[in-house]
Amino acid sequence: MTLRNLPIGSSGRVLSVGGEKVLRHRLLEMGITPRTVIKVRKAAPLGDPVELLLRGYVLTLRLDDAEKITVEEVAAE
Amino acid sequence: MTLALAGNQNCGKTTLFNQLTGSNQRVGNFPGVTVEQKTGEITGQKQVSIVDLPGIYSLSPYTDEEMVTRDFLLRKNPDGIVNIIDATNIERNLYLTLQLIELQIPMTVALNMMDEVQANNGSIDIPLLEESLGVPVVPISAVKRMGIGELTEKATETAKLRRRPQRIDFCAGPVHRAIHAVAHMIEDHAQDAGVPVRFAATRLVEGDGPLTELLNLNENERDMIDHAVKEMEISLETDREAAMADMRYQFIEEVSRKCVKHMGESREYKRSIRLDTVLTGKFWAIPAFLGIMLLVFWLTFGVIGQRLSDLLVLGLDAAGGLIDSGLTAYGLNPVIRSLIMDGAYAGVASVLGFVPIIVTLFFFMSMLEDSGYMARVAYVMDKPLRKIGLSGRSFVPMLMGFGCTVPAVMATRTLASARDKKMTIMLTPFMSCSAKLPIYALFTAAFFPKYQALVMTGLYVTGILLGVLTAFVLNKTVFKGAPVPFVMELPNYRFPSVKTVLLLMWDKAKDFIIRAFTIIFAATVVIWFLQTFDARFNVVTDSADSILAAIGRSVSVLLAPVGFADWRVSTSLITGFMAKEAVIGSLAVLMDAGAAELGGSLGQIFSPAAAFSFLTFTLLYTPCVAAVATVRKELGSVKGAALVVAYQMAVAWVAAFAVYNLTEIFI
Repeated sequence: MTLRNLPIGSSGRVLSVGGEKVLRHRLLEMGITPRTVIKVRKAAPLGDPVELLLRGYVLTLRLDDAEKITVEEVAAE
Repeated sequence: MTLALAGNQNCGKTTLFNQLTGSNQRVGNFPGVTVEQKTGEITGQKQVSIVDLPGIYSLSPYTDEEMVTRDFLLRKNPDGIVNIIDATNIERNLYLTLQLIELQIPMTVALNMMDEVQANNGSIDIPLLEESLGVPVVPISAVKRMGIGELTEKATETAKLRRRPQRIDFCAGPVHRAIHAVAHMIEDHAQDAGVPVRFAATRLVEGDGPLTELLNLNENERDMIDHAVKEMEISLETDREAAMADMRYQFIEEVSRKCVKHMGESREYKRSIRLDTVLTGKFWAIPAFLGIMLLVFWLTFGVIGQRLSDLLVLGLDAAGGLIDSGLTAYGLNPVIRSLIMDGAYAGVASVLGFVPIIVTLFFFMSMLEDSGYMARVAYVMDKPLRKIGLSGRSFVPMLMGFGCTVPAVMATRTLASARDKKMTIMLTPFMSCSAKLPIYALFTAAFFPKYQALVMTGLYVTGILLGVLTAFVLNKTVFKGAPVPFVMELPNYRFPSVKTVLLLMWDKAKDFIIRAFTIIFAATVVIWFLQTFDARFNVVTDSADSILAAIGRSVSVLLAPVGFADWRVSTSLITGFMAKEAVIGSLAVLMDAGAAELGGSLGQIFSPAAAFSFLTFTLLYTPCVAAVATVRKELGSVKGAALVVAYQMAVAWVAAFAVYNLTEIFI
C-alpha cells in the first residue's frame, strides 16, 4: 500500500520511495528513507495535504506525492 | 576573517544571526539570483564577519538556495562554518551537518534550543556528540541569548587554528567502497577545480550534474564512476540516492541513540497540537484564518498603522509649511520653491506617509511567520492554490496585496522557488490595494449610490478572478513545468524573538525609505516638471496648458474607446501612477472643485458607463511607482517590471473597454 492510503492516525514503515528526481530527493533528505516509521497525524481542512510525524518532527505532504511512497502498516507505538 | 552561518529552515538561524551581529548588518543579493545575502560583524570580536546563508536541508543542486550555499562555501572559501541545528529535531538537522563536514572547512556546531530540551527533561551528551561528529559542539539558546559568547569564541578559535572536522567517514560497506573508489579516481580533478575531494566523491556517487561538469571528467572516468555506483546499487539492492540518504540517516540514528536522551513529547509539541486542533482543524481553520487576517488588516489600516501614518503626514505637512514659509521669506524664486515644495517635498512626504503602515503590517506578518503560523496557512491553502499552479506559500503575499502591493511583493522573498516567486509577483497587483479604496468610494457614491457595496465587492472579485485567470494562463504557458514539490515542515509554535521582529521592521522601513529618496523622488520631480511647464518651458498659470495636460490629451486618444475622452481623466490617471490616492486629488484640482463638490461635478466628464469603466481601469492599471520599484527590486530586472506594467495596462484597457461598451448597450 502507499502512504496515501494509510488511514489517519495509523503508522506505516517505509518500504520504498518513488517519485520524480527532485521530489524523491527531497523526500529522502527530509528523512523519509526505507524502514522509517511514519505516522499520519491528520489531513488539512480541505483533505489535502496531510500532516506526517516522523523522526520527531511534523512534515506536510500532498496526497499525490504521498502516493509515491510505499509503506506497510505497523501497530502504533 | 569570514564565517558562514548554515542550517535548516525553522532552526532559529536568523535569530542567532541577529544575536551574533546586532544591528550591524548589510543586506545584498547573492550574485545572479535574488536570494538575499546578509553579512554582519560579530559583536565583541575584531574583524570577524559572518554571512547568513539561506535556510536549506541539504547541499543537493536543486534549488537556488542550495546552489547559492554551495557556491558560497566552495568558491568564497570562508574561514569557518557555524552550523546551527535544532536540538529538538536533531535527526533531520544532522543530515545537512554530515554534508557540511565533507567540505573540510573548519566547523562549529551550534546546538540551538537546548533550553527546550532541558525544560522537557531531555539531555544531550555533548562530548560524545563532539566525538561522534568530529567537530566542536556548543549548546545554545538563540532566543534566550544563552551560550552565544561561548559559541563566538569556539567558532573563531576553530577557524583561526584551521581546525578541520576530525572525521569524514560516516559510511560502511558498499557505500564506503564506492565513495573511496571514486575519491581515489577524481583526486586530481577535484584539486584542480578547488573542490574538497571527499565532498566531490560523495556528490558524484549520489549523482550531481553540475559537479560532474565542474570536475571536467573524461569519458573513461565517468564510466568508471558509473561502474562503482552500479556495483554499490547491486549489492545494496537500491539506487544511489536512496543508498546515500539511508547511509547518512543510519549514522545519524546511531549517533542520536548514543547521545540523546529523548524527552518524549515536548511541551511545545503538545501545545502546538492543541493550537492546531483549532488553527488547522477541519471546521475552524478557515474562519480562524480569516479572523486573524481581518484583525491584522484592521489594526494596520484602521488603528495603529493608519493613525501613525496620519500623525506622520500631519508632522510632515507642518514641517513642509515651515520650510515653505522659510523659503518664501528668503525670497526664493517661486518656481524653484515650487520644485522643492510641490515636487520633491510633496512627493517624498506622500510616500513616507506609507512607512508606518508598511512597518506595522510587517510587524504582524513577521509575528505570524516566526511563530510558525504562516506555515499552517500555506498548509491549509495549498489545495486551492495548486489548481492555478502555485503552492500554499504564495497565499500570504497575495493576501497582503489587498493592503498594499509594496509589502506584498517584498513578502514573496520567503517563497521557495524563483518560478513561484515570479508568478506571485505577477498576481499581486490584481489584489486591489487599499489606496484605491477612496477612488471606489467617491465614484460609487456619485454614480451608484444604491449599489455601492455591490459594485465595490464586484471590483474586488473581478480583480481576484482576473488574477486567477492570469495565473492559470501563465501556468500553462510561460511558467510551464513542475512547481517545486511542497514538502514542508510544520515547526512547533514558538514565541518570536523580539530582536528579530524589530530588526525585520527596521529592514523593511529602511528599504522603503531608500526607495522613497531615490526612484520615487526622481519620478515625483519629473511629474512636477510636466505639471508646471508648458511645451515652451514657460511656467503655466492654468494646469490645462501644462505638458502633463498635453500628454493627458494625447493619452486620451488611446483612452477614448474606454470612455475617457476628457483630458482631465487621463491626466488624473497619470498622476495615479505616483500614488493611487493622487487620482482623486488631481481630479479635484483639474475640475477646480473642492473635496465636497467633487462627487457632484464628476457627472460633467463621466457618463455612468464611463464611471464604471473608470473604476475597472483604476482597479487594474499599472501599480504605483513605489510598487513598480519594489517589483523591479524583487524580480531583479527592469524588463520584468516593465512587463508587469505593460501587462496590467493591457488587461485594464481590455477590461475597461468591455465594461464600457457592454454598459452602454445595456443601460
